[in-house]
Amino acid sequence: MNKIKSLDDLKRVREEALEKRSKTAVSGKAHVIIGMGTCGIAAGARETMKAVLDYIESEKMEGILVTQTGCIGLCEQEPILQVVRGDEEKITYGKVDPEVAKRILKEHVSDGKIVKDHVVNL
Amino acid sequence: MMKELSLHILDIAENSVNADANTVSINIEEDSQKNLLKIIIQDDGKGMDSEMLRMITDPFITTRTTRKVGLGIPFLKEAAEACNGHFSITSQPGKGTCVEASFQRDHIDRMPMGAIQNTFLDLLVGFPDVHWIFKYRIDEEEFDLDSEPIHKTLDGIPLSDPAVLKYLKTEIENGIKRIQRK
Repeated sequence: MNKIKSLDDLKRVREEALEKRSKTAVSGKAHVIIGMGTCGIAAGARETMKAVLDYIESEKMEGILVTQTGCIGLCEQEPILQVVRGDEEKITYGKVDPEVAKRILKEHVSDGKIVKDHVVNL
Repeated sequence: MMKELSLHILDIAENSVNADANTVSINIEEDSQKNLLKIIIQDDGKGMDSEMLRMITDPFITTRTTRKVGLGIPFLKEAAEACNGHFSITSQPGKGTCVEASFQRDHIDRMPMGAIQNTFLDLLVGFPDVHWIFKYRIDEEEFDLDSEPIHKTLDGIPLSDPAVLKYLKTEIENGIKRIQRK
């Protein structure tokens, strides 16, 4: 009874998503990767991830894949967020709090402009 | 440092993913009668031998060259033991690993559970290839979530689709709220 019982609801969500997908021209897929090692989590990466998911939801951004990764050896720059937009090169951002995350999604993922003041040069 | 048990859970679950687990189950039990809070995280990842097991609970011993072993396990161990609780980790190479931490539920130093709904959602969305089984029980009330039927139902639509995200977020939040109400 307490399970996610409403798989029928989810089916409906799926139909809606499919419909929207065929309507909106997909403007190049993007992949957002969030560092979620111990260092990232301790630095607030979960809140960064929440901001990313909330933004995608509220702005109805389609075609964005969000995944997590472990520590990439830049603990002092955590929370770290990486963006791969279409065929473009992967950009790594450091000290990404929820506000910065929203900026990155809007300016970089949506509009293609790199948020220079948070780029980490690898 | 972590300020919420749900952050520790996120961290330990991450270890399971890094150990190439296909299935990870997270089981949280709060029992007010027994005054106990227990967290069990079990995976079918590559596991560890006894030497490695010994090392990972000690933050001051490491042979790592890559950051395979971190501070996550010692953090959780310390947190449990500071609250009259127990910590154990068992593992078998090739079989998987099980981490168990228990706390005196009303201990003054016991961290709050925190935003467990965010931990569940992050793991679900952030590692779509892992089969997640979440169980959170407070006394008689239980919240269950299995990622497999969700993926099956979605049939190719990613979890990070805005409409799907909204659905999942609401389901998880409401589910957790319902069991935490009492």
